[in-house]
Amino acid sequence: MRSGILLRNVQPLEHPQLMLPAVLSGFILALFAPLICRVAGDRCGWVFALLPAMLFVYFAGLLPEVMANGAQVVRYPWFPAMEINLDFLIDGLSLMFALLISGIGTFILIYAGGYLKGHPYLGRFYVVMLSFMASMLGLVLSDNLVTLFVFWELTSITSYLLIGFDHEDVKARASALQGLFVTVAGGLALMAGLIMLGTVAGSYSLSGVLASDADLIGHEWAVPMLLCILAGAFTKSAQVPFHFWLPNAMAAPTPVSAFLHSATMVKAGVYLLARLNPALGEAELWTLLLSLFGGLTMFTGAFMAITHTGAKKVLAYSTIMALGTLVMLIGIGTHYALVAFATFLVAHSLYKGALFMIAGILDHETGTKDVAEMGGLAPLMPVTAVAAAVAALSLAGLPPLLGFVGKELMFEAVLDAPAWQMLLPLLAVGAGIGVMVAAGIIAIKPFYGQRQETPKHPHEAPVSMLAGPVVLAGLSLLFGVALFIPEQTLVAPVVASLGGTAEKVHLALWHGINMPLILSLACLVVAAVILRYWGRLQPQLDVLREGLGRFGPEAGYFRIMEWLTRIATWQTRVLQNGTMGNYMITLALTTVGITGFTLITQYGVPLRLPVPDSGFAAGIALLMVVSAFFATGTISRLGSVAAMSIVGFSVALIFILFSAPDLGITQILVETLTVILLVLVLFRLPGFTRMSSPLERWRDIIVAVLVGALMTVLILAATEVQFFEPISAEHVARSVTDGHGRNIVNVILVDFRALDTLGEMFVLALAAVGVYSMIRLKAEDQTA
Amino acid sequence: METLMAYIVGAMFAAAVYMMLRRSIVKLVIGLMLLSNAANLLIFTVAGMRQGAPPLVPEGAEVPASAVADPLPQALILTAIVIAFGVLAFSVVLIHRAYEVVGTDDLDRMKDTDT
Amino acid sequence: MREANTLILRTAALVLVPMQLLFSVFLLLRGHDEPGGGFIAGLVASGAVVLFLFSYGVSATRELLRVDPRDFLGVGLLIGLASILPSLVLGQPAMTAQWWEIPLPGGGYYKFSTPLIFDVGVYLTVIGSILTMVVGLSESEESDA
Repeated sequence: MRSGILLRNVQPLEHPQLMLPAVLSGFILALFAPLICRVAGDRCGWVFALLPAMLFVYFAGLLPEVMANGAQVVRYPWFPAMEINLDFLIDGLSLMFALLISGIGTFILIYAGGYLKGHPYLGRFYVVMLSFMASMLGLVLSDNLVTLFVFWELTSITSYLLIGFDHEDVKARASALQGLFVTVAGGLALMAGLIMLGTVAGSYSLSGVLASDADLIGHEWAVPMLLCILAGAFTKSAQVPFHFWLPNAMAAPTPVSAFLHSATMVKAGVYLLARLNPALGEAELWTLLLSLFGGLTMFTGAFMAITHTGAKKVLAYSTIMALGTLVMLIGIGTHYALVAFATFLVAHSLYKGALFMIAGILDHETGTKDVAEMGGLAPLMPVTAVAAAVAALSLAGLPPLLGFVGKELMFEAVLDAPAWQMLLPLLAVGAGIGVMVAAGIIAIKPFYGQRQETPKHPHEAPVSMLAGPVVLAGLSLLFGVALFIPEQTLVAPVVASLGGTAEKVHLALWHGINMPLILSLACLVVAAVILRYWGRLQPQLDVLREGLGRFGPEAGYFRIMEWLTRIATWQTRVLQNGTMGNYMITLALTTVGITGFTLITQYGVPLRLPVPDSGFAAGIALLMVVSAFFATGTISRLGSVAAMSIVGFSVALIFILFSAPDLGITQILVETLTVILLVLVLFRLPGFTRMSSPLERWRDIIVAVLVGALMTVLILAATEVQFFEPISAEHVARSVTDGHGRNIVNVILVDFRALDTLGEMFVLALAAVGVYSMIRLKAEDQTA
Repeated sequence: METLMAYIVGAMFAAAVYMMLRRSIVKLVIGLMLLSNAANLLIFTVAGMRQGAPPLVPEGAEVPASAVADPLPQALILTAIVIAFGVLAFSVVLIHRAYEVVGTDDLDRMKDTDT
Repeated sequence: MREANTLILRTAALVLVPMQLLFSVFLLLRGHDEPGGGFIAGLVASGAVVLFLFSYGVSATRELLRVDPRDFLGVGLLIGLASILPSLVLGQPAMTAQWWEIPLPGGGYYKFSTPLIFDVGVYLTVIGSILTMVVGLSESEESDA
């Protein structure tokens, strides 16, 4: 049983009051980012980096407590009545993500200062980047499903702004929109999934869900709930068939790609799956879907990576490969798989962050993004070359780097998978070859071999841009050599959060000669051969990829977008063609159709013959309707207005006859003012003219009669049925005792329902101000 | 009386909708006036019509001696009448302004958004 | 709107307008117990001013009012909002009615309350809205002519 036993004894944190400021600090700093940029100038990157650096220290300080006591929850009631709270769950998984976000974020912010030096919109960049960082921290630390979802959407929106940062570039805008559509569509599904999860589990807090006794897997909603959550996670984490948006998102500036599309945002889906694994991991569907889609994504990413020559594209596809691997490992769910997940997650974030920043350095220094145009750069930029070599070795999964340990564990897990036993090892070996080739493309091709001329003359990058790659690559090496550091601080707590046994975690470089090692060696040999002939092979692979792309999911995306546009155009043309009459008819017929259908199916047609109980009242009512028809039919404008007055005064008489003195008085007074209004304005307009054809008139008569008939049926049905006691019984009873007034209507207006009246006062004032401003507008037109 | 009023109000709605469908902009105003009157009467009718029982409490008493007409719809209609006047004034002035700018009182010729 | 040149209307207006204004205040104050109240009283008062406007013209009306009609609007809304405050000060839910009994000379007392303040707000808002529209329209007609 993998259910969340570990979460049942959650303990309060020692210094909980710092948690909320820590999570939200990014948003606050973002407010002042443009100011800081102006003051600090070129060094602003270093200033901003102080915040994530401090956060890193803070989160690292929480590690010992979590290692000793397990999960902790910090609670901040927000809307307790609706179970929406800013609660934070701190355990191995969330803490590791928080450490990755703040740690890598520190170097990314420094790096961005160098990469975008002198950019006119640097301030804007940092606003969005810091907001993104804060949203990401909120996402991984939230204990509440609703706030988690809010932060989830915030990362989508900030990511949209960052991908489209070069907003004058058409391609960047299109890519940003594509990323937004895919992730937000998934986000919508996720919301449905989370609501179902919260309802079934009986709690909207993650710790509550994980500790819930409810049968989540056997529930009748289990399948739709699972599919909705997976749709959200798969779109965010770029799993096949939603992977296409991620490589396009490389239109973003390189610091963004390095942060969002390698280490953080795209891992949000992976985080969610890992987080829910203890609750849902037992489901058969979970195991099947996660390992299948993860495995396919892993292979697709690795294959696509070696068909490209753009450094960032190669890295983007290898990121897809890594995301697929992580999802697959959660799906496999065995002890080895969970250890492999934790190790691979750390390893990937370190080397991928470093490699992206190196790709940025190359493009910054040489002026081209295409590695096929680079060569022999190592003597010119030695530090970059060494960092690239170390990071790429980790990507390729070669000893003694952390990536090697992760890959060996992955092979181990795949060989013992509970589902797809034949398919997964094949995909894993294929992916293993692919990333080794990709590593070679990034780390060998640009730096060694024939020196090639590039658009810019390259030299070593500035310290701000080198700091990140050097430190992250160094950590890959350090963690690989000194495996006990990540083992105890990161991997074991994460495995515990995932529902595994932390005590059994043991990492080692040398496991003896076993199946994973043999597979690794085989991959290395094949990869070396491919790399040797890559220059010739790549163009053919590229053609093959383009051929396949025509049937790929991205083509489907474009077809969907095209259809959406077409439907929108069509419905705009039909419904909103600018003719007032058409709008009216559409509205009237829709109302008649829907309301009429409901009325008639519920109550039949309750036709009764009118039996007037008072001849006088009936006479007034008839006078009213005859005047109304006269006002409609006459060709004299004056006649029409006079008839309208008769209608108005008849209405007033009906009010007075049927016990509504206040209404009668009001109606008479308003009627007088209406006549004055019409005299002032209406007679400055042209008289009545007959414009429509007889056919149109008949059409309008039919529509009008339908509306009238609907209203008659509505009243007849409504006077027959009463669903509830009228609440006014209470108003009548309490008017004198509580309202101190004997005119009940007035007591309702100024006391019982005074808030409504206040709103109506504002409506009236708004209408008056509207009239006044239109008159003023005209006066200005005339003087101008 | 409610049954008779059902037919009367229906007829007034029909007249209002017919006027609002005319192309002449002035007829639209008449249609609007008819519509608000019809709507007020609809609420008034649906609440039940009772003669000679205004919702007033006699002096010295705590509650009315016998059942009275429902005061809540009356309060709603009272504000509705005043607001309808405000909205009517607004639309009349708006129409006047549109007529001056576009130079036609034919709604079908007012459909270009660029003028 | 050019002022009507009939002596009868002008003379009648001189008598009717003060009476109507006084009547409107009466309607306002008794509205809690008998038919009347802020809306009706406001309509009666605006009717009085409009009658004056028709007899003596816009500039005379502006002189009579002394302030711009829009000021009634703002003051009315503010009074309506202010009637919320006492309940808040006393820590009750917003808009809870407050009643004070003010003794009058001669043994009686007058019931003064936040609903009454609120009704005064309604009264001024209605006057302000209607006069803003009517005075504005009359002025624009005068400039047209």
